[in-house]
Amino acid sequence: MAPAPADGFDLEALLARREILLAAAILVLLGTVASRFPAFVGATSLANVFNDSAILIVMALGQAAVILTRSVDLSVAANVALTGMCVALLDVHAPGLPLAVMVVAALALGLLLGAVNGLLVWKVGIPPIVVTLGTLTVYRGLAFVLSGGAWINSFQMTPGFLGVPRFAILGMPVLSWTAVLLILLAGVVFRRTGVGRGWYAVGGNPTAAVYAGIDPGRARFLAFCFSGTLSGLCGYLWVARYAVAYVDVASGFELDVIAACVIGGVSIAGGIGSVPGVVLGALFLGIIKNALPVVNVSPFAQMAISGAVIIAAVALNARAERKRGRIILRPQTLAPRAAGARP
Amino acid sequence: MSPAASPVAIAPRSLPDRLVTPWRRFAGSWEALLLVVAEGVFAADAAASPYFLDLWNLSDATFNFTEKAIIALAMAFVVMAGEIDLSVGGTVALSSTAMGAAAAAGYGTPALVLVGLGVGASCGLVNGLLVARLGLPSIMATVGTMSLYRGLSYLTLGDGVFKDYPAGLAWFGQGYVWQMISFEFACFLALAVVAGVVLHRTTFGRAVRAIGNNAFAARFSGLRVERIKLILFVCTGLAAGLAAVMLTGRLGSTRPSIALGWELDVVTVVVLGGVDIQGGSGTVPGVVIAAFVLGLVTYGLGLLNVPGIIMSIVVGLMLIGTIALPRLARRLLARRLLSQRSPA
Repeated sequence: MAPAPADGFDLEALLARREILLAAAILVLLGTVASRFPAFVGATSLANVFNDSAILIVMALGQAAVILTRSVDLSVAANVALTGMCVALLDVHAPGLPLAVMVVAALALGLLLGAVNGLLVWKVGIPPIVVTLGTLTVYRGLAFVLSGGAWINSFQMTPGFLGVPRFAILGMPVLSWTAVLLILLAGVVFRRTGVGRGWYAVGGNPTAAVYAGIDPGRARFLAFCFSGTLSGLCGYLWVARYAVAYVDVASGFELDVIAACVIGGVSIAGGIGSVPGVVLGALFLGIIKNALPVVNVSPFAQMAISGAVIIAAVALNARAERKRGRIILRPQTLAPRAAGARP
Repeated sequence: MSPAASPVAIAPRSLPDRLVTPWRRFAGSWEALLLVVAEGVFAADAAASPYFLDLWNLSDATFNFTEKAIIALAMAFVVMAGEIDLSVGGTVALSSTAMGAAAAAGYGTPALVLVGLGVGASCGLVNGLLVARLGLPSIMATVGTMSLYRGLSYLTLGDGVFKDYPAGLAWFGQGYVWQMISFEFACFLALAVVAGVVLHRTTFGRAVRAIGNNAFAARFSGLRVERIKLILFVCTGLAAGLAAVMLTGRLGSTRPSIALGWELDVVTVVVLGGVDIQGGSGTVPGVVIAAFVLGLVTYGLGLLNVPGIIMSIVVGLMLIGTIALPRLARRLLARRLLSQRSPA
């Protein structure tokens, strides 16, 4: 998205920026809740909301990279389930392993699963939605095969494995710090590296990207790897945070992740989107989820509300991106549909 | 068109006036490959379980996929037109919930069927308006309505259940029209014929594929792209409503989690049936055979006591495999042809 011109104060351009619009929406949302329940906007409460949204933020950043290249990764939640199950089993069967090994294993397995998606898209040329629809069921099924359908409960896992994401540094748990770190990392990757610029280029115009020397297939592959790696890390974080691993972990979470991206202004048509937008989109969903019980709305309403929010966000995106078509025939001249009207 | 008839020979190579016989074209087609797969699965099932070849068992086998197959027939048109509808599972849930609410209010079976179909069609209409009128990308719009429809179902039911349906409704899910031919299966076959005729023998079907190939060009050819897309989405909603009537009749109860994840199964049937996910091509026989393949696979595995989630691995691998293998084979073939031709 082109930045607003520096000269003067352009309110319209400011409002057109998704990040500003979202930030305003979040402030309004917080203000509404706070008017009745001031405790919700306390520092501790907000920190909790951020911590609760941390996994969504990290996975949305990975998904954003994929969507930027005109693809979509539906397998991220299954990736979380499989990676989470693997590291939990690893912890159960080899309790002595240091945590660093576990985290590296989670990252590596996530990368592998993402790379499988990426290779099928790049080398075999299957549409991304079909590939990830297939791997979604396969990955979650593998989690079942590995565990035999059994749950791995907190008493089976080591305290170190479970405790680290909750360990507070400077008042914030490691889980939140991980999200902060990855937001900064994504900010650099998206805007300041060749790989990230490649994602924008491929999504914006694949043909032009080829002429610029960027291989669209390779860019997509790297985006899937990025998304897979982050999902793998989230597999560990998820299992450690909720202290349980089972087959249906994060079931349906891929839709929340995609919703966060769309709300954050990432265009499903590719090439448009920013890291701050995605983070705000994920936070928006996280705040809604945390605020509903506070304002005494039935938790059963949450799904309908996020559905409505997604539709509104998609409509906003479409308005912002609509290309003005060339009108080559005026409606009046179109009206008499007589035969042979063509000059 | 006239130059084709000119007597001037095209040197050095002349074009045969008929490339392949219809039979050879069929032998090389996706449908033929699917048919072979279906027969293989059928034979494997029959060999693996002595209970498989029982006619009543086979009839029972149709129940677990006819509802999805009916939605897949309509979805095939949407996909061929270059769109997708991921909200069908949510539509089934909302339709079923509305039927439950109507039953609780004391309405009879005919009214319940109308409510189910009507709510389904309305859900489809909302999707269609979002996509065709507002111009939203269908994958995102229907992800939103998927949450919205199922969310409304959750909002109505919470953790409750509707289960007081009139006895007559069960016929739509469990009844038989003739011998072991169930109402569901007969309905599916009839709709498959209708879909086949509409797609392959009418201008409407041709228009659908034209839109999927190039919506822009289709518009300039005078096709009412928006209206056709709207019709397709309404039909898909209607099919989901019909599936909801059948499923509610078959289960006799409604929970908000009804038909969860169906959209993936339905899209799998459509893609496995050879419909191009990017639009523009596909056939109804392909979709029908694909539905049979998936139905046979899940039923055969069920007879062998394979857990459902392992079945979904098989389905996922089939989805990727059936698309990947022909592509890889074609590429290999092209490479060999190229290496044969280059020295000459």
